[in-house]
Amino acid sequence: MSEIIKVGMADLKTCVSPNGITTLGLGSCVGVAIRDPMTKVGGLAHVMLPDSTAIRNGNLNVAKFADTGIVELVLQMEKLGAKRSRMVAKIAGGATMFSFQGGMSTMGQVGQRNVEATKAKLKELKIPILAEDTGANYGRTVVFYPETGEFHIRAVGKSETVI
Amino acid sequence: MGEMTLEQVTENYYDVLKELGNIGAGNAMTALSQMLQCKVDMKVPQVRLLPFSDVGDMMGGEEQIMVGVFLGVEGDITGSMMFLVEEESARHLIRKITMGMLPEGTEFEEMGLSAMKEVGNIITGAYLNSLSTMTNLKIIPTPPALTVDMAGAILSVPAIQFGIFGDKILLIQSQFYDEVELDGYFILIPDLESYAKILTSLGLPVV
Repeated sequence: MSEIIKVGMADLKTCVSPNGITTLGLGSCVGVAIRDPMTKVGGLAHVMLPDSTAIRNGNLNVAKFADTGIVELVLQMEKLGAKRSRMVAKIAGGATMFSFQGGMSTMGQVGQRNVEATKAKLKELKIPILAEDTGANYGRTVVFYPETGEFHIRAVGKSETVI
Repeated sequence: MGEMTLEQVTENYYDVLKELGNIGAGNAMTALSQMLQCKVDMKVPQVRLLPFSDVGDMMGGEEQIMVGVFLGVEGDITGSMMFLVEEESARHLIRKITMGMLPEGTEFEEMGLSAMKEVGNIITGAYLNSLSTMTNLKIIPTPPALTVDMAGAILSVPAIQFGIFGDKILLIQSQFYDEVELDGYFILIPDLESYAKILTSLGLPVV
């Protein structure tokens, strides 16, 4: 029996096929799914903020940030036998949940900045992004299967998509 | 104060924050009751500092559909505020406020959501007003924005704001009743400097 492992907000987990991995209700956060197709080791990070270096204090949780979270996820996957040179990624989330007329622009942009920081980190680690479903103004629940690399995405009032 | 984390602020001033939340929610319910022109009873609000991972669970799971009203706060303090209400409660409120004009099932169309935004505006306004009166600080809300989505997705917005300071979120849960039981949540998100201003203005020593 395979199981689906749950990743919370500002959290990350790894799994090995046939298990899957999920995170529920991504908003402006980004779900970063990484997989090694050879070993079928997968991982999912639910990152909240783009950059750990811009934070003053209380940033003990590496999973919270795109920069540190992705590095930690890759390290944990390597411990399970995954090879970085084979890793590929899919990303989802980074929505702008509330749109304001004028004002509060910096807050509105956090989803987009999370996506940009995620892409920059993956590029730095030379992990290609095979597909993405990012931006827009709605939340997403994602399920990732390291067996096939399928990344299932559900949103309220929309039919499920697979990228 | 700049070195204090949200956790320390909350631990040291838990009773104060709880009381502020209590009075704020009380005022919000009075405003709601006037708007609905009926009696609205409320339970003593729960003020909690929760890890991000627990917040969704508390609201019935990250995928629970909720209505979120979000607005900025300007003036002497800066930050933002959110009011969340569970889907069925929101539908009930919308039907009530539109006095049965909307057929069941159409609550989340344009007119209903516009009415809900107004409800959110009035109750967050009343909440902030009481905070302003107690602290003698100028607190100006910006026009609200509204969304209907999964709890987790909506909560990512205040969580990200809190995430800058720590890994927990300060949540005020207020249960209220008219004919049915409704669950509403207030999340006030002042930046840390504003916490200091609020506490100082109440005459509390801020370390």
